[in-house]
Amino acid sequence: MNAFRISAVLLIAVASSVVAQVAPVTLSKPVTPSKAPDAEGFIPRWMILEPIPSRGLTQNIVREEVQKEYFPNQMTILPHDGDKVTVDGKELVWHAEDTKNYNVNLYHLAHALGKPTSDVLFWVVTVVNSPKEISGVRLAIGSNAASVWWVNGQEVISIYGDRQTVIDDGVSRRLTLKKGPNVVRAVIVNGGGATDFCARFLDANDKPLKGYTIGLGN
Amino acid sequence: MTVVSIVLRSALCISFFAAASVVLALDGQIGIHDPSTIVQCDGKYYVYGTGGGSLVSDDGWTWRAGTAPPRRGLAPDVIHIGDRYYMYVAANIGAQPKAAVNMIWSKSLDPASPDYKWEEGGVVASSDGIEDSNAIDPGVFRDPNDRKLWLTYGSYFGYIRLVELDPKTGKRLNPNDPPRNIAINGEASDMIYHDGWYYLLLTHGSCCRGADSGYNIRTGRARKVTGPFLDNTGVDMIEGGGKLLIGSGGRVIGPGHFGLLDLGDGVQKFSMHWEADLDRGGASVLDIRPLLWKDGWPVAGENLREGTYEIESVRTGTALELAVEGVPVGGPRGRGGPGGRGPGRGVAGPSGAQGRGGFGRGGGRGIFGGSGGVIPAQDAAQVSANWPAGNIDPRLGNYLVQAQQKWSVTPAPNAGGYPGSPYFRISIAGTDRTLAATADAELIVLPAFTGAPEQLWRIEQLSDGTWRIMPKSIPNSAQPLALSAVGSSFATLSKFDPSSDKQRWMLKTP
Repeated sequence: MNAFRISAVLLIAVASSVVAQVAPVTLSKPVTPSKAPDAEGFIPRWMILEPIPSRGLTQNIVREEVQKEYFPNQMTILPHDGDKVTVDGKELVWHAEDTKNYNVNLYHLAHALGKPTSDVLFWVVTVVNSPKEISGVRLAIGSNAASVWWVNGQEVISIYGDRQTVIDDGVSRRLTLKKGPNVVRAVIVNGGGATDFCARFLDANDKPLKGYTIGLGN
Repeated sequence: MTVVSIVLRSALCISFFAAASVVLALDGQIGIHDPSTIVQCDGKYYVYGTGGGSLVSDDGWTWRAGTAPPRRGLAPDVIHIGDRYYMYVAANIGAQPKAAVNMIWSKSLDPASPDYKWEEGGVVASSDGIEDSNAIDPGVFRDPNDRKLWLTYGSYFGYIRLVELDPKTGKRLNPNDPPRNIAINGEASDMIYHDGWYYLLLTHGSCCRGADSGYNIRTGRARKVTGPFLDNTGVDMIEGGGKLLIGSGGRVIGPGHFGLLDLGDGVQKFSMHWEADLDRGGASVLDIRPLLWKDGWPVAGENLREGTYEIESVRTGTALELAVEGVPVGGPRGRGGPGGRGPGRGVAGPSGAQGRGGFGRGGGRGIFGGSGGVIPAQDAAQVSANWPAGNIDPRLGNYLVQAQQKWSVTPAPNAGGYPGSPYFRISIAGTDRTLAATADAELIVLPAFTGAPEQLWRIEQLSDGTWRIMPKSIPNSAQPLALSAVGSSFATLSKFDPSSDKQRWMLKTP
């Protein structure tokens, strides 16, 4: 983290103590039953669980973190907006969100909710409804910071360390989207400062995959 | 060239075996002088030299003696047009410089083929012993723009000359048209075309003196096939100009007789002989080198040498690494630490890390003060104890000079090769952990090298000096694929795209 970023964090910390919380201007509640990927293929609709404290960003720590059971059925659950889970005695809420941008700004969400943004992890999940079976595709993600990703229960990407969201930073091996719903799940781990992620599928020619819809499994 | 040197050329018939630990010239029987352009026929590589010299190879790396053509003249050249292989070969027909270039042709270069039958095509160029020409050392060139066929020839005495041939017959197109003079002061001429320019390659210097041979290959370029061919300083090759392409170096002396070997997809190489390979007793041997291009000029590249490398993606700037947690060189350190009285003190990290510390005026060194000693390079033995025992994925990461990012690239013994190089194994330095292709055209790092073809790598220098890295084979697949950066942090195998940086890699010393 550079000095500018440290300063920015300090400024934000100071500002947050004296002004009202701001709305997550890049996020909004879904108002349609499904949504298409954006022009560059990014997935704009996600269910996001309020942040859980985390211990670090290194590979070994993140591996340990994602192997914990935080709440029941955490690898299979398809939550509804407003559903609640209890993690370490604290009740956390799932939030359905659409993003205006290519990325999903978790900092905006947590800040607006008055939740911590540093040293936390976020569970996120979405459902990609494919009109047909498509082989040779790749999940391509960027995240600030570390993240681990699963498609239909199989881990496909893991990236570690203090890193910024770079489009197509982590890319999966070739995989097959089955016809119908495909569940994409991830844990995004943040150290300090901004936290966000982006995700899209690439086709067999590494071009953004489109032609599917995104729901939330409900 | 003198008569004595011609005798020496004709007498040359030597076979050699490359020393196992040396990766310079080729492997097998590679003794040849004045090699032709290397041509492919039915999957094999063929090259012909002075005095009936003939070499054949299944893969372009390991060579063996071939079958001499019926005309055993001087410095032949060969081209494949349609269903015919045309060979142009010179002979002295009297006292120098009285000479003639004859053409013979066959539908195959493989003596085992029913199509292997050399036919005489007659004389296509000659010198009468008086005129300013010595009609030997032919070089044949097909213009990719208009498909016209040309022959250059000549050797020191007088001019290097150009005549047009008939691509339908391989014979002289208009025998009464006078040859054009295009260069002087050389021999072994050949021509190639690249990006709007015609390049005349010419060997300058003296041959046939072993390690005392001054042979070197030079070039000039022209917008027209007929010249004028100017070098990089503007000197016309007909006035002695010529930009150096390759000269002596390392353990090899006296390169001569350029021949283009275009492998497609923008991968070009060139063949030549060395007058003296010091690792082979100073004998004359065949070699193949990458042909690079810089600022509109051909540049001789290097075949990969055994060593330890960072393998860095041109596309992403990230380096291929084993997907294990890295350990900072010198061991883990906090952000701050003792002695935090320097200029950066007191700034708390957002993750609760200590402050930056500074240089520390209070007895400690701080984060910017270092450890006070030399930090040794990190090797696998220092940090690999906790690496998983089995297969590990590779990935791309920010290069931090760590052990899991340093790859040992070594020739795989008895595994064959490709034009110019043997197949290599790619392993984490200091370990047996080996990069391999998987059946689903992805990558894995295996715990040990077994020599399986998916663990063998073809590493070739591309025209810009970067490298293409391809597995010898992929299980259950016949499609050639190359190591490819598909994201900032991920590598895969995919079809080579010459217009993309995805499959271009830099091999840096770590």
